[in-house]
Amino acid sequence: MPEGTTAIAAPGDAQPNDVEIKNLHLNFGPQHPAAHGVLRLVLEMDGEIVERADPHIGLLHRGTEKLIEQKTYLQAVPYFDRLDYVAPMNQEHAFALATERLLGIKAPPRGQAIRVLYSEIGRILNHLLNIPAYAMDVGALTPFLWAFEEREKLMAFYERVCGARLHAAYFRPGGVHQDLPVGLLDDIREWRSGFTKTVDDIETLLTENRIFKQRSVNIGVVAAKDALDWGFSGPMLRASGLAWDLRKARPYDGYEDYNFDIPIGKNGDCYDRYLVRLEELHQSLRIIDQACDKLEKLNGPVSVDDNKVTPPKRVEMKRSMEALIHHFKLYTEGYHVPAGETYTAVEAPKGEFGVYLVADGSNKPYRCKIKAPGFSHLQATDFMTKGHMLADVCAIVGSMDIVFGEVDR
Amino acid sequence: MSLEALNDLKEHLLLVLSQDIVDVEIAPEEISLTVSRPMIVRVLTHLRDDPNCMFTCLIDICGVDWPAREQRFDVVYHLLSVTQNWRCRVKVHTDEDTPVPSVVQVYRGAGWFEREAWDMYGIFFSGNPDLRRLLTDYGFEGHPLRKDFPLTGYVEVRYDEEQKRVVYEPVTLQQEFRTFDFLSPWEGMTRGLPPTAPGDEKAVARDRTKA
Repeated sequence: MPEGTTAIAAPGDAQPNDVEIKNLHLNFGPQHPAAHGVLRLVLEMDGEIVERADPHIGLLHRGTEKLIEQKTYLQAVPYFDRLDYVAPMNQEHAFALATERLLGIKAPPRGQAIRVLYSEIGRILNHLLNIPAYAMDVGALTPFLWAFEEREKLMAFYERVCGARLHAAYFRPGGVHQDLPVGLLDDIREWRSGFTKTVDDIETLLTENRIFKQRSVNIGVVAAKDALDWGFSGPMLRASGLAWDLRKARPYDGYEDYNFDIPIGKNGDCYDRYLVRLEELHQSLRIIDQACDKLEKLNGPVSVDDNKVTPPKRVEMKRSMEALIHHFKLYTEGYHVPAGETYTAVEAPKGEFGVYLVADGSNKPYRCKIKAPGFSHLQATDFMTKGHMLADVCAIVGSMDIVFGEVDR
Repeated sequence: MSLEALNDLKEHLLLVLSQDIVDVEIAPEEISLTVSRPMIVRVLTHLRDDPNCMFTCLIDICGVDWPAREQRFDVVYHLLSVTQNWRCRVKVHTDEDTPVPSVVQVYRGAGWFEREAWDMYGIFFSGNPDLRRLLTDYGFEGHPLRKDFPLTGYVEVRYDEEQKRVVYEPVTLQQEFRTFDFLSPWEGMTRGLPPTAPGDEKAVARDRTKA
């Protein structure tokens, strides 16, 4: 892995005892397990101390924004699953809300409750990857295996509702694609009752663990003011002591009706970021309980009752010519969105995930800028790692919760 | 953000930044300022430090391309105030040659966003200490998000067994590039658009993209 060496070179005219020490340049990644994907980090080291870190990103750049400009609004939805592929539906949520705002429509209550339920499942999916992956970066393997077992069960819930474990394309502008299958809510409840134990197990293994604390406490400390200046959001911001959560600050899809708390950290170090995410698991479970209760009582459509946006039911298409035409037009031309622009953001598990959508009145977005939380976090790598040891770089990058799908877009 | 708060903010901004602001737009729940290009640093510093605004967090900077316009690029800044729970959008116009003053001194987090806008659109930011390409390949040419850049790009790569390295070649399409023209007299979600006589849709749409 090392590219250079600590060269000791004595220039011709210097004193025989003088040695010139050059900084070491170290290439970290792109194929390194602690790089969390394809991060190439060029580190300038003074001994084992990081002097400067220069992240090179873009190895997973697919031109998502350019592709979305060529697709209709409905065809753009699946691209959002491929951004942060750890919690796909949360990204779709931002795009669905942005399009709905431009169209001037709102999902019906049952659709909103389903979205909340699946957004929180997405949050748990994400934190179940990040917490143990971070633990693995600092030396604990076991939680990873436990968490992945639970992730499998959650992805089965994804599959039951939309047919895909990862690339869901389930949250559509106007609501969700289809209603929950029979019995799903009971199974989610059953899973939920057993899941608390897994969280407790992970907690007992890590929270007071001596090695884990030595590797995370006081590592990568970010003050609240710096966090804002670097554009942090989500758990990264909350760990620095700022209670900022879009679900509370600007509730969308009925989040104002749910009871939950926002955990915040005190010191803004890696340990606090871990604690915040762990507590968010508990809070998400609270929301899931409430959403399940709500969905049991709430009946009605799951997406807007307007066939200019939502395709008609299969049954109707067999009988009604108009329904057939609507279906055909929606899946070829798509719907036209009135000209305008909007920036709409959701509290994704990693932080604020926003979509800046410019519509020109046609059936395709004129511009769709995706604001990914990880992008801002990764940018601060130099700021956060300066003066730390090489091993702490792994801890800091791990605690940032980076997924390259969304950083590189 | 309520309409009342937006109007108050608009009044306040027009009062303190009157000579820099070109235009203020209030769409439902969102406020959008257009400011003159040389004044962007001053405006953002003010928005950040003014105790009535406190836009201390820079959410995003991005470019938008309007090729038909003389100053073809918009540079769009999204700001957030966590104390007031407000958002604000600031825009400046520029073209391929005119640099936009960098705001790295105002928000440290602006660096990568400006690099991305440079990479994707070729918008030059004067004063950014590290304006390298960010997302595209090492040695990439062109600015892919411009509207005149083809979706398929100009070059493709493959691993060459003889040379034992990755080689660049002009892009060849295995099938014809598919673009569909969907403009039609169907009235799907055209609320808010001027009415169009059946048969005139393509002409009207062409005029609209020009405007």
